[in-house]
Amino acid sequence: MSGTLLAAALAVCLAAALAALALPSRPAVAGTGTALAGGLGAAAGVAALAGHGWQAWLPGLLPLTGVRLALDPLGGAFLAVTGAVAACAAVYGIGYTRHGSGGRVPQATTPLFVGAMLTVPAAASVGTFLLAWELMAITSLVLVLADHARRDRVREAGLWYAVMTHLGFVAILAGLVGFAAAAGGETFDQLRAAEPEPGVRSAVFIATLLGFASKAGIVPLHVWLPRAHPEAPSHVSALMSAAMVNMGVYGVVRVGFDLLHGGPRWWWLVVLGLGALSALYGILQAAVASDLKRLLGYSTTENMGLVLIGVGAAGFFAASGLPGPAALAIAAALLHVVNHAAFKTLLFLAAGSVLHATGTRDLDALGGLRARMPYTTALFAVGALAASALPPGNAFVSEWLLLQSLVHSLPASGVAGAVAMPLAVAVIALSAGLAMATFVKAFGVGFLAKARTPDAERATEGPPTMLAGMGAAALACLLLTVLPTLTVPALTAAVAVAVPGAGPVAEGDLTLRLAGISGTISPLLILLALIAVVAALLAGLRLTWRRRRAARLWDCGGGPMTPRMEYTATSFAEPLQRVFDNVLAPESDVDVTPLAESAYLVERVRFQAAVPDRIERRLYEPVLAAVAAVGRAATRLADGSVHRYLGYGFCALTGILIVLAVMW
Amino acid sequence: MVIGVVGAVVQVVLVVVGAPLLVGLMRQVRARMEGRVGAGVLQPWRDLRKLLRKEPIAPHGTGWVFRAAPLLLAATAVVVASVVPLVTTASPLDGAADLFAVTALLALGSVALALGGLDTGTAFGGMGASREVTVLALVEPTILVSVFALSVRVGSTNLGAIVESTVADPMSVISPASLLAAVALAVVTIAETGRIPVDNPSTHLELTMIHEAMVLEYSGPDLALIEWASAIRLSVLLGLLAGLFAPWGIATAGAGLGALALAAVLAVAKIALLGTLLAAGEVFMAKLRLFRIPELLAGSFLMALLAVAASFFLA
Repeated sequence: MSGTLLAAALAVCLAAALAALALPSRPAVAGTGTALAGGLGAAAGVAALAGHGWQAWLPGLLPLTGVRLALDPLGGAFLAVTGAVAACAAVYGIGYTRHGSGGRVPQATTPLFVGAMLTVPAAASVGTFLLAWELMAITSLVLVLADHARRDRVREAGLWYAVMTHLGFVAILAGLVGFAAAAGGETFDQLRAAEPEPGVRSAVFIATLLGFASKAGIVPLHVWLPRAHPEAPSHVSALMSAAMVNMGVYGVVRVGFDLLHGGPRWWWLVVLGLGALSALYGILQAAVASDLKRLLGYSTTENMGLVLIGVGAAGFFAASGLPGPAALAIAAALLHVVNHAAFKTLLFLAAGSVLHATGTRDLDALGGLRARMPYTTALFAVGALAASALPPGNAFVSEWLLLQSLVHSLPASGVAGAVAMPLAVAVIALSAGLAMATFVKAFGVGFLAKARTPDAERATEGPPTMLAGMGAAALACLLLTVLPTLTVPALTAAVAVAVPGAGPVAEGDLTLRLAGISGTISPLLILLALIAVVAALLAGLRLTWRRRRAARLWDCGGGPMTPRMEYTATSFAEPLQRVFDNVLAPESDVDVTPLAESAYLVERVRFQAAVPDRIERRLYEPVLAAVAAVGRAATRLADGSVHRYLGYGFCALTGILIVLAVMW
Repeated sequence: MVIGVVGAVVQVVLVVVGAPLLVGLMRQVRARMEGRVGAGVLQPWRDLRKLLRKEPIAPHGTGWVFRAAPLLLAATAVVVASVVPLVTTASPLDGAADLFAVTALLALGSVALALGGLDTGTAFGGMGASREVTVLALVEPTILVSVFALSVRVGSTNLGAIVESTVADPMSVISPASLLAAVALAVVTIAETGRIPVDNPSTHLELTMIHEAMVLEYSGPDLALIEWASAIRLSVLLGLLAGLFAPWGIATAGAGLGALALAAVLAVAKIALLGTLLAAGEVFMAKLRLFRIPELLAGSFLMALLAVAASFFLA
């Protein structure tokens, strides 16, 4: 059943792409087709989670090895998430046709991108996996570049993305091909059965980890993410940030747990360390960002970091002989993938609506949207609540689960665990705290108070399809908040692939009761208790029907305040920027121009402040500068003289012959 | 079960009625120590009554977030008061929320108020909100790592379970892990409730205020709700501190009505004692500069981390 659904989804993707090329009303056709494919893909994932496995071998599609597909619960979980995100984003995309995304190429590429993402978790051989992976990278690159004709920054972002994603691809290619060579076959079944030497296993794991981490936006390979995600059309940003980055996590879990059957503890400490670094660095950058979509991009890095903390902890526990906590940690990671996908889809789509309505993503230029765009404001609030990991938001449940899995393993996991787990808890706590600050800023400065520019003052709601796409994502958030217990059977099935022999991770219908350790939580009861108290207070104080008198704001007697006097996103983040001064290394530049007559009379002062991505500045820029210098130096080798070129050819040939003669 | 429900109702009523009295007591202690007569313990209730009778205000340009924030703040405070083991460990809501959830609920209240401050669009509101969330973000690691240290011994983050285990094994309170966690939690309690040296609840000087800047635009019943909720948060956090590190007298699952009454009296006494100590300490201390607060919180974080280390290496 799952196979039929997946095949139907892929067929619909192809048909939608062709129709978008041929038919005149492109957005409606491509959007409907993609939404249908997403729904079918999600259904296929759910079927796989319910235990309807599937395998297929299509020898004609790819030379030498053919295409090999298989669905198991682990792949099914990622398939379901991808399909659901695609459905929401596609419905939204029907109305969202500005910023270059309405053209023939982007419209036809979107269904192909979705199709590629649906194929990755279903791939069951190295060749198929790499093919789907590369197809996903190229189609998303085309979509990032949708608006390249009008803005330079899109081209720059595309270049960063293309280079980083292909370096990642090379790492995965090297890792998986090496693995296949050592295993003597390229299907996942053969890899599973193989027992390579420890050195080969570690090399395979580290190489694939690098590749997958670059796709998941893990620090220090994240530099493309805060550039490419904001520059893509917003529904594509949602697809990339809520669905595509998950494939990096899928890869780590598939290769590390399923194909290599776990490994030594240092592998997982590396994963945990990378996750912790990403969580902190990502949310710190998000806390000081004032570009709404860039902020959301950095928040993706943070959340993928949290997921990797869970994955790393799970591997660590499994290697320490603790299958119970391992199952719990990987369940927490998978649940966080689902929750993050739900709220990040919603947030990126809402940010797209803001961009659609005002033409800007700069929080310092927004504000006052709650009056002009009430639905978008309410929907963004739902997403922001979830993203700050507060109850009643869905991410609270998965972060709670993650904390429980870390807290309860301490006595058994040895000294390394006793050092790593408290630090991981501290990292999760600090990133949750900073996430609160970040999303209070994003929502409070962007949507509340007074409009800071005329563009923000004239904002209007987008078409109904955009609201419908956001509404569906918000419903998913709400459902995951109220009934997280619904996901337990699916999580149990998916966890069993990664940690064989693990029982159900939790039970209960309204209250989530963890299996094996004493931990219970009921978001539904908390929500109901909050609602009951609010209702009691409203009734008791008669606040609802007492008329409110309009009054002036406190302006210190200086007359009405203008929007220029409001706190901006930059000023809001200033205390945090000051506290984390050493990490962020903000740059400021004061330029004083004196009058010609006297050096003591100032004509104008120009102040510029920026918080550059420090890793980009310190790690990538020197490398790029070195590469550029080598490139310039190498031009001297090619001075146009034919004789010299013939000489190079002769020397190279002789060199190769000598090497061959010596080696053989 | 019935006793649990009765206990939960008793502690909610105690906190709801008693919290403003605690604030009055603390003000009175400060006044006497500073050589003033003081307004009396009942003054906060008189203030609340007066504020509740005033007409609700809608400042220009504010919206639903501004109106909902005091309600949400009060709701989170009351829900936390029903979960935390002040009088009984057998609250029917105990399974719904553990120490992580309590922390998150308190943070939700602060976030609601910060958004209310931002919604006014004034410089004061934004400034207060920005400072409040900065402190909130830095407090979070200390709280969760202390929770970690406390839960290692018990094997659960459930509040009732932690308190019951301490009642069963009183010596565990003077273990290094427990003492370090107590100091760390005491510091973050001060930060969370906005007391000196982190914030001064009686200041109206724009350079220093955090909480007061956020709530500057509120008046009438809205302000009453905020003042009342802040008092509830203070008494619940002090009660939580007392419950975690001196839980004697709290009624456990099998206790009768007499034990419940005794527990209620003891809870009031413990919270009043802690409040008096806090107020007395405030007399001798000045507020820290805003940018020195992170150093204080980093110190408390270090304590919490040492507590976890102690719970593992000295166990």
